[in-house]
Amino acid sequence: MAQVNQGVRETVYPQAAQTFYRTLSQIAISAVTPIAAVLVALAFGAALLWLNGFNGSDIVTVMIFGSFQDMRSVGEILLKATPLILIGAGLCVAFRCSIWNIGAEGQLYAGAIAATLVGTSFTGLSVWVHVPLVMLAGALAGAAWAGIAGYLKVRFQASEIVTTIMLNYIALILTSYLVTGPMRDASAAYPQSARLIREAWTPRIVSDMRLHIGILVAIVLAVALYIFLQRSSRGFALRVVGLNPHAARYAGMQVARNVMLAMCISGAMAGLAGAFEVAGVTHRLYQNISPGYGFEGIAVALLAGNNPLAAIVSGGLFATLRSGSEVLQITSQVPQVLVLVIQGIVILSVVAFAKLRDILRIVA
Amino acid sequence: MDDMMFLTFLATLAGAAWRLATPLIFASIGEVFSERAGVLNIGLEGTMLVGAFCGFAAAFATGSVPLGLLAGIAGGMLFGLLFAFFTITIKADQIVVGAALNLLGMGLTAFLFRTYYVSTGKGIEIAQPVHIPFLSDIPFLGEAFFRQNLIVYSTVLVAILASLVLFRTSFGLTLRAVGEHPKAVDVAGRNVAAYRYGAVMVGTGLAGLGGAFLTLGHSNQFVEGITSGRGFIVLAVVVFARWSPIGAFFVSLLFGLFYALQLMLQAQASIIVPYQVLQALPYIMTIITLVVLRGKGAAPSKLGQPYEMR
Repeated sequence: MAQVNQGVRETVYPQAAQTFYRTLSQIAISAVTPIAAVLVALAFGAALLWLNGFNGSDIVTVMIFGSFQDMRSVGEILLKATPLILIGAGLCVAFRCSIWNIGAEGQLYAGAIAATLVGTSFTGLSVWVHVPLVMLAGALAGAAWAGIAGYLKVRFQASEIVTTIMLNYIALILTSYLVTGPMRDASAAYPQSARLIREAWTPRIVSDMRLHIGILVAIVLAVALYIFLQRSSRGFALRVVGLNPHAARYAGMQVARNVMLAMCISGAMAGLAGAFEVAGVTHRLYQNISPGYGFEGIAVALLAGNNPLAAIVSGGLFATLRSGSEVLQITSQVPQVLVLVIQGIVILSVVAFAKLRDILRIVA
Repeated sequence: MDDMMFLTFLATLAGAAWRLATPLIFASIGEVFSERAGVLNIGLEGTMLVGAFCGFAAAFATGSVPLGLLAGIAGGMLFGLLFAFFTITIKADQIVVGAALNLLGMGLTAFLFRTYYVSTGKGIEIAQPVHIPFLSDIPFLGEAFFRQNLIVYSTVLVAILASLVLFRTSFGLTLRAVGEHPKAVDVAGRNVAAYRYGAVMVGTGLAGLGGAFLTLGHSNQFVEGITSGRGFIVLAVVVFARWSPIGAFFVSLLFGLFYALQLMLQAQASIIVPYQVLQALPYIMTIITLVVLRGKGAAPSKLGQPYEMR
């Protein structure tokens, strides 16, 4: 049956259109699973609200529609999508290499600390120098923080799952130490660093909205990582190491180097996300600059099927859910942590549907 | 006089170490069972949170600590069932499912706590210390080891019992075989999946108990994220303990000591290092532990791998 269809299509469509058609249908097929997963998670969220005396339909009317009221709220969604796309796309690279980097949260804080250090010193630099310098500092610090776990893995076989999580806590404690101690702005009532020099602030896209150019950087980098993974030989080696390290070793690929690379790329992306949070949003470092973007990034990558290009969409989706949960808290007093439950269910549903698809494929 | 003060300090430290080790002891012994059967559960943090919350909620409603502990175990096992279904029946990646359960545990407990309890601001009655006659009167040692609550004492029993079950019963033998060579177990006509389900349930039940201790035997309140990474530290404890229940008991005690040191030195005004250094101590020690014990000599060979029946 499939053979016949293929034959018909070949006669009707010319070569280029056929490739286009095939790509489009592939995208459609691979989008079914994540869409279904999100729907299941929303249904679960609605049930949870209903069971606990809230209005279940709020999850659609308030949470989804409420976050698209005007341009400003769309801008806020994109602002939240920025760290999620950066972290999610970076984690796609790590997960493809079978590196379980659970430490993006800590790498984000490492990046934020470095960005603050660079952004509060060096007065008199031009915007064109200072802004990239802050971004570079964030990315390098994130890569270095992740690199610790990478080194411990390749050198001592220490499980990166445990070390990256421990490094999360250490980065958070380090931030707390810095903003209450050496980096504290003595004139402020709360523990926080001094304000970043204006030339170091990430430029805004529209002057009266908080949205900054970080979203564009995130999208460009996600596309770049997609090309890197799919089209470069280094990206190919990285994926082979992820699929079968033994085979990779026999093929002459250096497993350790690829592991380090995957770790540092994902760390750099998380560090950059931290730099943007400080330089683009808060303009100061304090203890809770991230509401858990590092952990949410894991869900972003998994929903995207570890494809950095798809991470742009899934990052936007999770940002919408996060914005919506804030609206829901304000209008209906629903605790905002609901968003964590939805994230968890999304991951479980992705896993379940992927399995279901395998079974259906075997049956068909 | 200074010597006396130091001895008192040591006695208090040892007592606090055992108390703070208790949640780790339960959860790590549970994880030993799980990992011996080949299942790596990184969802323990979420599972412990669920245990802590269920324990708190049940004790809040009934005023009974034993019922709270049972609710903690039940909550943990319910979460374990979810984990087992996804990793054993559906054969999904254990790390992915574990990460999802951590989010779910954190989200659900915080959601329910904020909805029902946060405004009450009330605590619960927690387990009281039981002074063991005569022994508790021994100077210093009595203070350290014989004035704990019953949950803390029970850790010794659980460790011995777990060790006997794992190494001296045919159930334990089969369970270990499931983690080393599931095919052999399958060929021998035993159900690999059933043993893995059992191991995960034991593991998550104990993790739930460990979580419940936090609200029923330590603090009298539930706090969002009260486990603060203990579910992850447990994973390192199990490696350090070389997958043995007795080992898990002593390694947990060591980590309890780090927690206790942190608390007691923070109270010390004369201390020169910033308190954050002490706060980071358990986490830094976890990393050092993994580095010092390089290699996975004793790890079950099929750890983390689903078993495909042929």
